Amino acid sequence: MIEVHSISFRYHRDWVLQDVSFQVGKGEFIGVIGPNGSGKTTLLKILTRLLSPQQGEVLFELIPLKKMSRTDIAKRIAVVSQEAYALFPFSVIEIVLMGRSPYLGHLMFENERDLEIAKRAMEWTDLLSLSERSIDELSGGERKRVFIARALAQEPEVILLDEPTANLDIHHQIEFLDLILSLNRERGLTIIMATHDMNIASEFCDRLILFREGKIYKTGVPREVITKETIETVYGCDVWVDQNPISGMPRISLLRKETHEIETMGRDRISTK
Amino acid sequence: MKIVTRKKVIVISIFLSLLLCLVILFSITLGSVKVKPLRSIAIFFQSILGLKGVGTETERAIILSLRVPRALLAGLVGAGLSVSGAIFQALLRNPLADPYILGVSSGAAVGAIISILMGLSTFSIGLPLASFIGALLTIAIVFKFGRQDGKIHPNTLLLAGVIIGSFLSALIMFFISISQKEELHTIIFWLMGDFSFSNYEAIRMILPYIFFGFFFLYLRARHLNLILSGEEGALQMGVDVERLKLISYLFASLITAASVSVCGLIGFVGLIVPHSVRLIFGPDHRLLLPSAALIGASFLIASDTFARTLLAPIELPVGVITAAFGGPFFIYLLRTRKVVKTL
Repeated sequence: MIEVHSISFRYHRDWVLQDVSFQVGKGEFIGVIGPNGSGKTTLLKILTRLLSPQQGEVLFELIPLKKMSRTDIAKRIAVVSQEAYALFPFSVIEIVLMGRSPYLGHLMFENERDLEIAKRAMEWTDLLSLSERSIDELSGGERKRVFIARALAQEPEVILLDEPTANLDIHHQIEFLDLILSLNRERGLTIIMATHDMNIASEFCDRLILFREGKIYKTGVPREVITKETIETVYGCDVWVDQNPISGMPRISLLRKETHEIETMGRDRISTK
Repeated sequence: MKIVTRKKVIVISIFLSLLLCLVILFSITLGSVKVKPLRSIAIFFQSILGLKGVGTETERAIILSLRVPRALLAGLVGAGLSVSGAIFQALLRNPLADPYILGVSSGAAVGAIISILMGLSTFSIGLPLASFIGALLTIAIVFKFGRQDGKIHPNTLLLAGVIIGSFLSALIMFFISISQKEELHTIIFWLMGDFSFSNYEAIRMILPYIFFGFFFLYLRARHLNLILSGEEGALQMGVDVERLKLISYLFASLITAASVSVCGLIGFVGLIVPHSVRLIFGPDHRLLLPSAALIGASFLIASDTFARTLLAPIELPVGVITAAFGGPFFIYLLRTRKVVKTL
């Protein structure tokens, strides 16, 4: 569905992304991980053509992204950015209706059909009971859901999420990601999610793309990507990787310096046995 | 349901227009010279229909050449300042923004003061023209320094505007300190906002700016909503954000320039009316812009009516009234915000 062909991008002198290629199939749930500054956000911006790569190209269903108009892109690829706010207190339904903008062109007002689509998006995200509430009265988790609903109102095939779980407590993280997963599994939406939380990426994503300094370091199913060696090389810190006892997916534990020493001692003991 | 539809905009606009008409009629019946209310209204409608008959020559002159143009001008300026205030708040992503925040008013003031000091103000069009030119120059200079790599960054624009505004304020104080006593009175009144020189000339001069400015801004009302939740999001939805910001800046500034050039610096209207309207009708620009225009017009006409009748025959600067009545009312709206919002 999305093909990225050896793209490179730089803002000024240094390359932020270098020779990046990958493909995303319809209905996949992709996690994009990597340290700060490794190019995740830049990649997402390129996928919506907020930025254009200096080299290489991005194809959406075989059509080069740069040949599509912005509204065409917005009808197929929706973005939920880190910031979920509105300067003045718009109501939930008003925000969700804004997702119809790519379909309105120069029209000033939404019609009945737009309203129906917005309501369906709110139903999927369980927002109908909040529809008249103003955005500034909602919790962080609810607000995130509003912007997911706005993205859904665009009737896209792909949703890009940039750090969707930042600033959410674990309850809201899980609630939010379960929602995303259900949209992925039941509505067939393709999801590309950039995140710092590797445990979440491991639990929810079908496939991970790990970035390091603007290049793809490793890609594959979570079990292939999230290994002790890979993570330690890419992030330059010590971690312990085992399995989530319930799901069996790789699980990362962070180690303090002292625990790291204990851990090496432990490993020495195991190896001497 | 709390969404803005075409029908809702039309119904509310008609209602507010009727309110505005009532305020205009109310305004022309009051003044330091007593003309009976019904007679004033009769004179007004007769002249609209091209008839003559009711009222003496003096009464007709008072109503038709003083009160009517004054009410119409105050209405235009009130509408202009309210709309441009709403736009600046969205453009600069700052609820404290008002039409004067980017220095347009200070530029206009410098132009006006220079014309007063040069004795140009005796020509009816001299002062407004000088002040309009001062404002236009300021708009251009702020625009030149307020952009980076050809793009408008709200904070850079804000900084450029505030700094250039401060520089112009220094000029204003310099001119005030070297001016004579008679000039001083004119200058101070102009700086506080003054409708006492209203005439049809001034109305004709600013009407196109306010009318077309509003029209072009209104065409982009829906897109203005989108940039309130982030420029990138708006860009992704297909909004040409840079163009939108450019148009907003230019037209809101032009409206401000035209408004202040005919009546001086009337404070508070451009800050308080957009916020009050948001509290009552919500922040959607498709409803906000027309409501702010109509309510702003009514508000300034009413304020000016009070300003000239409260201590008649002494005229108070209208800015005193807008702040004295607007401030407490705004606080009241803020306090009862929850109640208002459920309407």
